[in-house]
Amino acid sequence: MTDKTAIEKEAARIAEQGESAPRLARDPVNLPMINNWLEVIGDRHPGYTEVAPPAMVQVWTMGGLHGQRAPDDPLGAMMKILDEAGFTSVVATNSDQTYHRYLRIGEHVSVTSSLEDVTGPKKTALGEGWFVTTRSTWYVGDEAVAEMRFRVLKFRPAEKQETKPEPQKAQAIRPSINRDTEYFWEGCRNQELRIQRCGGCGLLRHPPGPMCPECGATKPKYLVSDGRGVVYSYVVHHHPQVPGKQTPFVIALVELDEGVRMLGELDGEPSIGLPVEVVFTKVDDELTMPSWRPRADR
Amino acid sequence: MNAAIVGIGATDFSKNSGRSELQLAAEAVSAALRDAGLTPSDVDGLVSFTMDTNAEIAVARELGIPELTFFSRVHYGGGAACATVQQAAMAVETGAAKVVVCYRAFNERSGHRFGQVQTAAAANIDNSWSYPMGLGTPAAMVAMFARRYMHEYGATSEDFGRIAVIDRKHAATNPHAWFHNRPITLDDHQASRWIAEPLRLLDCCQETDGGVALVVTSADRARDLPQKPAHVKAATQGSGPDQFTMTSYYRDDLTRLPEMGVVARGLWERSGIGPSDVDVAVLYDHFTPFVLVQLEELGFCGRGEAKDFVASGALELDGDLPLNPHGGQLGEAYLHGMNGIAEGVRQVRGTAVNQVADVEHVLVTAGTGVPTSGLVLGAS
Ligand SMILES: [Zn+2]
Repeated sequence: MTDKTAIEKEAARIAEQGESAPRLARDPVNLPMINNWLEVIGDRHPGYTEVAPPAMVQVWTMGGLHGQRAPDDPLGAMMKILDEAGFTSVVATNSDQTYHRYLRIGEHVSVTSSLEDVTGPKKTALGEGWFVTTRSTWYVGDEAVAEMRFRVLKFRPAEKQETKPEPQKAQAIRPSINRDTEYFWEGCRNQELRIQRCGGCGLLRHPPGPMCPECGATKPKYLVSDGRGVVYSYVVHHHPQVPGKQTPFVIALVELDEGVRMLGELDGEPSIGLPVEVVFTKVDDELTMPSWRPRADR
Repeated sequence: MNAAIVGIGATDFSKNSGRSELQLAAEAVSAALRDAGLTPSDVDGLVSFTMDTNAEIAVARELGIPELTFFSRVHYGGGAACATVQQAAMAVETGAAKVVVCYRAFNERSGHRFGQVQTAAAANIDNSWSYPMGLGTPAAMVAMFARRYMHEYGATSEDFGRIAVIDRKHAATNPHAWFHNRPITLDDHQASRWIAEPLRLLDCCQETDGGVALVVTSADRARDLPQKPAHVKAATQGSGPDQFTMTSYYRDDLTRLPEMGVVARGLWERSGIGPSDVDVAVLYDHFTPFVLVQLEELGFCGRGEAKDFVASGALELDGDLPLNPHGGQLGEAYLHGMNGIAEGVRQVRGTAVNQVADVEHVLVTAGTGVPTSGLVLGAS
C-alpha cells in the first residue's frame, strides 16, 4: 500500500467519525477577557459591554497554557498520521469564520470539530505536503453560534540534499583576525602566502604569535612563501555538513618547502607526500582563503 | 595523596533526558552524596570543567549546599576529567575544603551537540587556522593524526576497529550502557560509513545526555564512611610542547600524544607503580586511534606496537590489561571521562558489572588531543 492510499484511508476513517464530543469553554463569556482581548487587538469600539466581539469566538474555547488536544480531536489525529508519514512541518493557510449571532456575557459556549477534507500530496514552495481542512462549530446549548473552516498545510520540509546547490562561499566559517595574525590575511588578499619570521633570530613559525618562543623577541616579521610543499597528512570529510563546503571534501596538512605546516582544503586526490601549491580564493573584499592543488610539475 | 573517592553517582544515560542540564547535575551530585553516606551540608567544595553549563553556585543552590570554601573549573573540556579529582584532592590535602564534589552534566545529544561543527568556536584565534579551512569537528581533527599514524606505523582501520569491538563487547553486558546487549563485530565496524576518513562511524563515541558526580574527601575521613574508598594514588595534568586544543599539528611528530606522556611520567613517579602494576585501564576513547597512541605513551607497549598489543587480546577482561570494562565512551556513555572514573572506583570497590578479579590499581585517563590529565586509583 502506498503512503498516499494509506493516508487517504486514515483520513476517511477520521472524517467518518464526524463531530468530536463538545468541549466546554473554561469560563463563560466574560467582560475581563473581552477587555483584555480588545486591548491586545487594539480595538477601541465602545460597544462591547454586553456582547463579545464575534472574532473572539476561538478565544473562549482555547485550551489554556497547558491544554492538550482531546483524544477524539480530528486535527490532532490527522497530524499524527502525517507526522508518521514524514510530513512533519505545519503551517496554517486559511481560517474562515462565520458568526450567526453575538455572544452575550454569561453564555457558556462549547466547541466541536470534524475533519472536512484532506488532499495531497501537493508540491508547494515549502515542500511536498497535504492540505488538511477541519470545521469547528461553537454552540450555546444546542444552538450553533459560530463556525470556522480551518486549513493547514502539513508538509515534508524540502530536502536540501536533493538539489545540492553550490555552497555559498559567503556561508563559510570566517577566521578571527587580530593584530598578531592580520599580516597573514592581508597577505592572502594580495595573493601572498606569508610565514611569520622572527625579527630577532629568524625563526619561521606557523601558526604565528607575538613572542618568539626561541629568543623572546617581540618583533615578528614575515617572509613570502613560494606556496609549495607536500601533503603531510589529510582528512576526507564526509559528516556532518560544514558551512560553505560540499561533502565529501579534503583538508590537507601541508609541509611547506620553508619547513612549516599549514592546513587548507585540497582540490584533488590526496595522498601523503603529494606535491601541492597554494591557490587563493577570494570570498569577499575582506577575506581571501588559501587552499591547495596538486602541482602540475610533480 | 591523602585523598580518596568515597562516593559516585550518575543519572540515566540517554539520548533525550527530558530535563535541564542543571537538574541532571543536581541529580548526579545528590546520588553521589547518598552513595558516600554524606549530605549536602557536608560539602564545601565543587569542581567541574569547561563546556559544562552548570555553574558551581547553581549546583550548590539546588542541592542546598550552604557554603563553599573551594570552587574551581578546569580548562580544555574532556581533557580535564581526571584533573577535577586532582583539584579536589589538592583542596582536601591543603585544607581548602573537606568534602569536594566533582561533576559533569549535559544534554550533549538532545541539546547542544558536540559532534557538529561549532561555528562559534572559530572566534578563537587558534581555531582560525583550522575551522575556516573546513576542519571543524573533533572527529576530523583526530582523523588528521590518525592518517599520519597509519602512514608511519602501518596501522589500519581494522586496528582502530578492534578498540570499538572490545568496548562494545564490554558494554553489551553492562545494563547501564547505552549499547547494552548490542555488541559489534569487526565487520560491522568496517561496514560503518565514513565520518572523516580514516575514521568511520564506529570509531567515534556517542553523544549522551546525562550526569556523573564523584565525592572526594581525605583518606582519614574515608575510613569512617560506608563505601570502600578508592584512594587517589596519583593525579596529574599534562600539556606538551607547542600545545593546541585538538590541532597540535605543528610539532615534529604527529604520531604521538606528548601531553599524555607528561601525564604518564607524573602518574608513575607519584604513585610508585608502573605499567605492569595496572590491573584495569580506563582509557579515554572518544576516538579509537588515540587509544592506541595512549597505550604507547603510557608505556604498555613500544611506539607503533599498539596495533599488535591490541590484536594479542591483552585488552580483554581476562587479558593482561583489561580495557574499559564498563564499555567506555564508545559503549557506555560519553560523559567526557567522568563515567570512566566512576568505573575505576567500582573496580577498586569490587562492585563493577564486569568486575576484574583482585583489583589493586586502576589507571584512568582523560581526553586526548587536548591538554589532558590522568589518575591512578588504588584499593589501599
Ligand atoms: Zn626569535
